[in-house]
Amino acid sequence: MSESIRIRPPLSDDTVVRLAAGDRVLISGIIYSARDAAHQRLVEQIRENRPLPVELDGQIIYYVGPTPPKPGMPIGAAGPTTSYRMDPYAPILIERGLKGMIGKGLRGDAVIEAMKRHKAVYFAATGGAGALISKTIQRAEVVAYEDLGTEAIRRLEVEAFPAIVVVDAHGNDLYREGRLKYRRG
Amino acid sequence: MDVREIPVAKITEVVRRLCIEANTILGDDAVAALEASLAVEESPVGRDIFRQLLRNAEIARTEGIPLCQDTGVVVVFLEIGQDVHLTGGDLEAAVNEGVRQGYRDGCLRASTLDPLTRKNFGDNTPAVIHTRLVRGDRVKVALAPKGFGSENMSQVALFPPSHGIEGIKKFVVGRVDAAGPNPCPPVVVGVGIGGTMEKAALLSKQSLLRDLGRRHPDPAVARLELELLEDINNLGIGPQGLGGRITALDVHVETYPTHIASIPVAVNLQCHCARHKEAVI
Repeated sequence: MSESIRIRPPLSDDTVVRLAAGDRVLISGIIYSARDAAHQRLVEQIRENRPLPVELDGQIIYYVGPTPPKPGMPIGAAGPTTSYRMDPYAPILIERGLKGMIGKGLRGDAVIEAMKRHKAVYFAATGGAGALISKTIQRAEVVAYEDLGTEAIRRLEVEAFPAIVVVDAHGNDLYREGRLKYRRG
Repeated sequence: MDVREIPVAKITEVVRRLCIEANTILGDDAVAALEASLAVEESPVGRDIFRQLLRNAEIARTEGIPLCQDTGVVVVFLEIGQDVHLTGGDLEAAVNEGVRQGYRDGCLRASTLDPLTRKNFGDNTPAVIHTRLVRGDRVKVALAPKGFGSENMSQVALFPPSHGIEGIKKFVVGRVDAAGPNPCPPVVVGVGIGGTMEKAALLSKQSLLRDLGRRHPDPAVARLELELLEDINNLGIGPQGLGGRITALDVHVETYPTHIASIPVAVNLQCHCARHKEAVI
């Protein structure tokens, strides 16, 4: 298997366009958690021309709603949630400078078009590996929408967070290619 | 026949314990299925995912961290013996108190909310409770926290009889195909055939309580399970949908008589965790 590429946000366009579907990456540095309810609020604020609680330029959003931390731990289980539910909001955030999304599952055509146009990348983390992934999160701090509980936006400091490029900035889709390779009958 | 008294507080205690266990301890059947899949998976990425899931189960078990951050809606199947007298309070309230305590004490995620206002209740209650009266003086509690990445990919359909078994197979395999990577494959596929609309859905959910690798006692149904498993694994979706031989760890089918006019079919998808624990009081 090919060696993992190490990346650290903020991501430049240069870095993004070099990532190809199928590449394994290890992400270190700061990423932000946001799922359904936080996306709805972010997009509302953009539509109303209000300032955002986090600057998106060059950043990576991780679709996750963690379990509460056990005493002494920064976070609980923290695997990816299914991404398509963020599809209605993602193009607006990508236009605003978002460069990466981590989740699992299929993306809609409008998201992939926005990724190609504005140069962004979609990573998958292993769904169901919430305990394992939590080990790569060193610190977690709620930075917006605390009232949303697990759905609040958290600033996550990660070290060698493992992910795989599923859809790259050129529109290549590993889900489609991988399935064709192993399909029978 | 004597009536056996069981205080509902006992049910609270059992539900609390099962919530924590189900979310942190992957069943031996699921571990065995992952190990068997690792041995036959041809995709290198797929094999790596099976290794990650096995390592995840190890961390969850030894450190008490949930296997998955989606600790689900708690589905509880109660079988209550006719000779049991439940004392000391309301049965459903006792179950929900067990959920509240289990999710609080186990650091599990509160996911339940009002479907219209979307306001989170903060304690993961209420559970979805299915109660049956059976013979005897025992209470059986089977508990299955259901994650919604896979629940969202589930479906019920009512076909005319002309669709036959081939139509049933096409629907089940087609559902897994359309779900692709979304329900966190490798999945467990629960299928309910027959009854009414809600009965088919309930059968598909109940089938997920069966241990992986165990076939239906009716040979014809067991054969259908294996045929579906083969067709699904031929889709090539693979672990996490990245391509591979193993898309499903197992397929469970349950049936019930139905009407001359219909074939109700429900597909309930479940991720690899296949969380289910039970206790008899």
